[in-house]
Amino acid sequence: MKIRERLSGNEAAAIAMKQINPDVVAAFPITPSTEIPQYFSTFVSNGIVDTEFIAVESEHSAMSACIGAEAAGARAMTATSANGLSLMWEMIYIASSLRLPIVMSLVNRAVSGPLNIHNDHSDAMGVRDSGWIQLFSENNQEAYDNLLMAHKIAENENVLLPLMVCQDGFITSHAIENIVLEDDDTVKKFVGEYNPKHYLLNDKEPIAVGPLDLQSYLFEHKRQQAEAMKNAKQVIIDVAKEFEKLTGRKYGLIEEYKLDDADIAIVCMNSTAGTAKHTADILREKGIKAGVLKIRVFRPFPSVEIANALKNIKAVAILDKADSLNAAAGPLFTDITSAMYVNKVNVPTVNYIYGIGGRDATQDDIEKVYNDLQKIVETGEVGNPYRYLGVRGDDK
Amino acid sequence: MKDLIEIRWHGRGGQGAKTASLLLADAAFNTGKYIQGFPEYGPERMGAPITAYNRISNNPINIHSNIYYPDYVVVVDDSLLDSVDVTAGLKEDGAIIVNTTLDADALKSKLNKYNGAIYKLDARKISMEALGRYFPNTPMLAGIVKISKIMDDEEFLNNMIGSFKHKFAKKPEVIEGNMKALKIALNEIEKI
Repeated sequence: MKIRERLSGNEAAAIAMKQINPDVVAAFPITPSTEIPQYFSTFVSNGIVDTEFIAVESEHSAMSACIGAEAAGARAMTATSANGLSLMWEMIYIASSLRLPIVMSLVNRAVSGPLNIHNDHSDAMGVRDSGWIQLFSENNQEAYDNLLMAHKIAENENVLLPLMVCQDGFITSHAIENIVLEDDDTVKKFVGEYNPKHYLLNDKEPIAVGPLDLQSYLFEHKRQQAEAMKNAKQVIIDVAKEFEKLTGRKYGLIEEYKLDDADIAIVCMNSTAGTAKHTADILREKGIKAGVLKIRVFRPFPSVEIANALKNIKAVAILDKADSLNAAAGPLFTDITSAMYVNKVNVPTVNYIYGIGGRDATQDDIEKVYNDLQKIVETGEVGNPYRYLGVRGDDK
Repeated sequence: MKDLIEIRWHGRGGQGAKTASLLLADAAFNTGKYIQGFPEYGPERMGAPITAYNRISNNPINIHSNIYYPDYVVVVDDSLLDSVDVTAGLKEDGAIIVNTTLDADALKSKLNKYNGAIYKLDARKISMEALGRYFPNTPMLAGIVKISKIMDDEEFLNNMIGSFKHKFAKKPEVIEGNMKALKIALNEIEKI
């Protein structure tokens, strides 16, 4: 049964967690994800879930508790943002290298400093090489749906990797919007029971978790992690198909919006994809063939699919909500242009760093990018590919 | 109703502009609309200027940004007129509603030569009469529903009973006063 509701992105995430009813949730509050463990702890107190809720004293401990629980054989979840994720850093790598399918709700926020509590993607980008699967969500619906799919992906025996579901802090986490929820039984059936093959509390198979792993083995274990990340791609597609059968809502690794006949395209993630779609619709009414490529799955990186989606576009702009501060380009641009190069897609492509520290990404901003792309198509001149959007003093 | 209505709220921290924007989203949702309700988060302190937003449509809403070209503006506290450019970007075929006791000329002179429709409401008087305390957001909520014609009065009032019962589950004694404030406001809104 479908339930028509209106919820904030944080409420949607908390309700997904309620319906998943994991064995353990360990979390420490940090803006803008605070409401997720706050709502969830209410479900625990009211006996709506039978989760063991661990109110830890730091995010390092939150991730450590999730690792302990998951290694023991339990299903564990957490939620955090920005500096909370930074404090988990050490344990983030431990979680993925121990192949523990922990699921995190990451409400994206700028990593300080100077101190800022608003949205950008610097937190998620900071852990992009940590071996976690990263799904991005345009709105509350996708934040909810991605969480419902998360465990089936992460716990698949060919994957066994932790997974984070990202959404934009405040922009979607604190905005009330329409959403369609599935009923509790439907979700419970879809997510299924967690039956790990190997776990610490199995007295029939004593194992060690996380022992010393030196020159003779670590490389092979890292190679297996890399293979698991490759496997995750197909599993994400399979789970999405199953999810579509159940809910009618379709998901892929990427979403192509009006790209088929597009001359110019914007590539972006999370809530900006919605603003870009809205703007592309308006430009199309004026006869401008604008399209949007939304990256839903950032890790594993769908390089072939992205290159294919962009091969017939005349000019592409890649929007990065995090700067790499490397004097070259932002992280999404670097990955995508690399994917284009190795797949022999040669399309003029520029990069815009935007939305840093909660700077609003407006329809006017998106229109400016499409205008710039039209100029590139007309003149054939790319100019400086490493650009900024919406920043004072260097708006080019 | 236009396909997409965009509303911007200006208030001061503690006056309930954010709550009112969420209640408006709620009421429109209950009549089958697609909605967005969100505040612009800044330093949160009593009395500081705050902004909140609504989008209301018959179709799914993709855009996720603040609202720069609103159809309607609600000003919950007229002391903001001296410090905030409340009519910035406001469409000429739109309208602004201000909680004020200023007369028509004095109000106009503070609205940056805005040429669209201007409405006023004495939310303080209404709130004191209905609730015995100053909660300007409830009368202003009725005001914006009335001028934007998002729904008719009766549908709105029926809707709000449910919303108030939910919101004030722990203090049901204020529901009647809030409903009274809505009803008075619907009648007293004045176009200048």
